Amino acid sequence: MDRKKTRFGIQAVALLIQNANFRGFLTGRIYEGASKSVCVPGLNCYSCPGAIGACPLGSLQSHLASMKFKFPYYIVGFLIFFGAVLGRAVCGFLCPFGFFQDLLYKIPFYKKNRFKIDKFLRYLKYAVLAVLVLLLPITCNLIPFFCKYVCPSGTIAGIWLAAADSNIRSVLGPLFSWKLILLLIFIVLGLIIRRPFCKYICPLGAIYGFFNKVSLYRMTVDRDKCVNCGACARACQMNVDPAKNPNSMECIRCGECIDACPHKALHMGFAAGSKKTAVVAEANENGDQKV
Amino acid sequence: MKRYLPAVILITAAVLLIVIGIILQQPESVLNKAVRICMECVGLG
Ligand code: SF4
Ligand code: SF4
Ligand code: SF4
Repeated sequence: MDRKKTRFGIQAVALLIQNANFRGFLTGRIYEGASKSVCVPGLNCYSCPGAIGACPLGSLQSHLASMKFKFPYYIVGFLIFFGAVLGRAVCGFLCPFGFFQDLLYKIPFYKKNRFKIDKFLRYLKYAVLAVLVLLLPITCNLIPFFCKYVCPSGTIAGIWLAAADSNIRSVLGPLFSWKLILLLIFIVLGLIIRRPFCKYICPLGAIYGFFNKVSLYRMTVDRDKCVNCGACARACQMNVDPAKNPNSMECIRCGECIDACPHKALHMGFAAGSKKTAVVAEANENGDQKV
Repeated sequence: MKRYLPAVILITAAVLLIVIGIILQQPESVLNKAVRICMECVGLG
């Protein structure tokens, strides 16, 4: 099976496993089992009727926003664990909202991934992480700001619940309208740009990005084979140049650059590449970096 | 092997943090939040 199909299969299975409470989609009732005390790796709202685990971002904010501040050891532990093992391979393989955006991008439409302000917009997700996920929930008790005002995964959960439950439909108000408009904006942008929410907004992707350089799952470049033709960089829709910076914070480990390389110089996996290629790739990362 | 050292240290630290969280009964608060519909998440409150 080729790489694209394998990744698609893993994404689909990950979506189904994380949302295995299928009955909930019909009844509009969310799952209440013990597995909800465990954080899932990707962005998957715990209020989605199918969800059988806890969203790490929602759990983090609700913990930080509680009346008495307690350090969220448990949730931070999960985030470091997923980051150190997989880095942003979580985004490429396991996150349901990332998968949703990949599907959107497959729809034939006008496409544009390279434009001037892209580089600056990338910083937005760090601001969202610092302000909406950390600072405001800590300082203004009881409000998970990112969940409340931005998160499109929560809005999708709201749409499912409203569709299945007339009581919820009857209390929809301006906040829901705001979140729905935002979701529609992300959907329209997602038809044009590959994963706009991941590139510019998602604080979870920002967190995992910090781990890309050290995670067990990583990419290496074989300098003996690479001729710097740039085919990999042209193939990358996240605008990374993997030949120069194989473990960029923006790389979601989709592997499309590997297929595009005519010289088979890129490798990805838990023990990717020989010692020599790894050393060269690391030396390279410390030098010329694209994103 | 040296290449994997930072990840191994981080994984060890992560497991320790999770264990500390379990001792402090933090999974219960995660569960309590996750089994109720989050009004903010779904855009109701
Ligand atoms: S950036 Fe966020 S939404 Fe995108 S795939 Fe990663 S965790 Fe999911
Ligand atoms: S496509 Fe392959 S050979 Fe060309 S620059 Fe990228 S890694 Fe090097
Ligand atoms: S560098 Fe390669 S693996 Fe990373 S996002 Fe770009 S195409 Fe995907």
